[in-house]
Amino acid sequence: MTQVTSKQFEYDGAYIGQYGGQFVPQILMPALQQLEQAFENSIIDKQFKSKLNHLLDQYAGRPTPLTECSSFAVKENVRVFLKREDLLHGGAHKTNQVLAQALLAKQMGKRRIIAETGAGQHGVATALASALLGLEATIYMGAKDIDRQAPNVFRMKLMGAKVIPVDNGSGSLKDAINEALRDWAASYDDTHYLLGTAAGPHPFPKMVKHFQKVIGEEAKQQILEQVGKLPDAVIACVGGGSNAIGIFADFIKEDSVRLIGVEPAGKGLDSKQHGATLLKGTEGIIHGARTQTLQTKDGQIQESHSVSAGLDYPAVGPEHVHLMQTGRAQYVGVTDEEALEAFQELSRTEGIIPALESSHALAYAKKLANSADKPMNIIVNLSGRGDKDLAMVMDTITSQGAY
Amino acid sequence: MRYQKMFAEKKQLNELAYVPFVLLGDPSYLQSFKIIQTLIDNGADALELGFAFSDPVADGPVIQEASLRPLANDFNVQDGFKLLKEVRGHYPDIPIGLLTYANLVFAQGIEQYYRMAQEAGVDSVLIADCPVEEGGLFTAVASQYSIDTVFIAPPDASDETLALVANNSKGYTYVLSRKGITGTEVSATQANSDFLSKLKSFDSAPLVQGFGISTVEHVYQAAEAGVDGVITGSALVKLINQYYNEPKIMLDEIAQYAKTMAEAAHQAQTINQ
Repeated sequence: MTQVTSKQFEYDGAYIGQYGGQFVPQILMPALQQLEQAFENSIIDKQFKSKLNHLLDQYAGRPTPLTECSSFAVKENVRVFLKREDLLHGGAHKTNQVLAQALLAKQMGKRRIIAETGAGQHGVATALASALLGLEATIYMGAKDIDRQAPNVFRMKLMGAKVIPVDNGSGSLKDAINEALRDWAASYDDTHYLLGTAAGPHPFPKMVKHFQKVIGEEAKQQILEQVGKLPDAVIACVGGGSNAIGIFADFIKEDSVRLIGVEPAGKGLDSKQHGATLLKGTEGIIHGARTQTLQTKDGQIQESHSVSAGLDYPAVGPEHVHLMQTGRAQYVGVTDEEALEAFQELSRTEGIIPALESSHALAYAKKLANSADKPMNIIVNLSGRGDKDLAMVMDTITSQGAY
Repeated sequence: MRYQKMFAEKKQLNELAYVPFVLLGDPSYLQSFKIIQTLIDNGADALELGFAFSDPVADGPVIQEASLRPLANDFNVQDGFKLLKEVRGHYPDIPIGLLTYANLVFAQGIEQYYRMAQEAGVDSVLIADCPVEEGGLFTAVASQYSIDTVFIAPPDASDETLALVANNSKGYTYVLSRKGITGTEVSATQANSDFLSKLKSFDSAPLVQGFGISTVEHVYQAAEAGVDGVITGSALVKLINQYYNEPKIMLDEIAQYAKTMAEAAHQAQTINQ
């Protein structure tokens, strides 16, 4: 374990370590500068904080419980706790930071919100926050994802959002981000781009982390109450990395806590079909940030693959690259198949249907518990619920003849 | 020095520079070379040549569509520089600018990229997703290899940003009269002359306007506002999208369009007077 120094894990301007930055067309710089200013002001604005906390508590349902598993991944001396972001309004952790950014948008005088979405969870969160706060919402979504996440598309539309299919490129999350950035380049006067993960140009990674760190702060307090000490490991899935950075944030300076991010290994880390950007990618500049990405030797961005649309992204938030390079966090891969197994097992053993994204973290928790040779307390970020995945999982497992 | 020489000549002739943009390797290596020849034969004063990128966030649908062809043909960075070298061999004096994305430069190794650019006889590099605030990653290496770095001046930039752009953009400064991305869907508007004179007061390199310029009228407006040159990209690339399967028609259409626009650029000052 590296020595945790005080400044090592803080942002210096637009950068965390050597990662991050603002690699966007010049035309977008005023929009990012305005947002950065509004965000920095909001941190010290008591009124903003109290408005946000009111929404988080009374509307979204914070705090979420920390539930100890009755049998999933449990063995002698190993206890597993689930941080229940699946119970948050909207069905995933996304709502935390969406409410915050939507409030910021109002403060900046914007009337319209644009967002990208992969699994549809961020789109749903954006739609609900926009409905609540009276903002017009346009959601860009890969055409491929629209097919595999039909219920979420309908949810967004019910709440008054416009969903625009993105056909170009690979028709998934990265292309939806490109399209949102293109929209924003012309519309930022009255439009806020509500980016859904801790990636993209500064200030998004820093800001999304700030508004998601409530997950880890609560979890820390809850585990101290329930167990009387810090956990041995905190596990979260990583696509863009917002739920992971959210639960990691308050533990980064706690040397004794292992931080483990789980990437989608798809059909295997050695196959070409995965989304394991940290494990298998290389350094590059994409979607406004110097980070790690899946790319060809020439620098063309490659398509990723994951059974879960929310992890199907060929880049990752810059802070995760920094956490990996400094050795503070460890990143591992879980395949589609392992995630599907965990999805079913948690349903069966705990009566909780997890999102396929979170199922990746659950699958790794099981591996870690199995290999534990001393007492261990593990927190898993159950970042979302699995209702949106039911049709897909049903198709997959009935075709395997399991039911 | 090719830009300085060209702009000085244009000034003396009371003409705007006409700078066409196309993608390298589109629709093929051979046709791409012929397209570039056609552009020069029909009055181009400088070239702006792009490398296709998988995620062109600064580009509209026309250039996005075109980008798929070089990518599908595996036209890679080496092929691009080979083609550039060939163009340079035929046309020793025309200024050649590259328009690319940050990751394409980064992936080669920044130093290696600019070395290749210098060897191919390139004069400038504009990175579409690198604002002047992040330019430091590239500019020092670029000037080491005698490559000018071009930055973009957007219409609503603060004085501070305009000064930064003017001070850092070498060869020329790419000015926008409107927001958004490349494409003819939204036409260029006449650039605010206040904005242009601010850039000039900060001692900017010559001002070349792009984004949404597709007609002769746009060129006259640009001249009136006081720029030194105009870029047409999407309007040209649209012709390639339309006719790439019929090379002869494609080259004829390109010749005709380039000729019209070059003439407009060369006569605009006189006509406006």
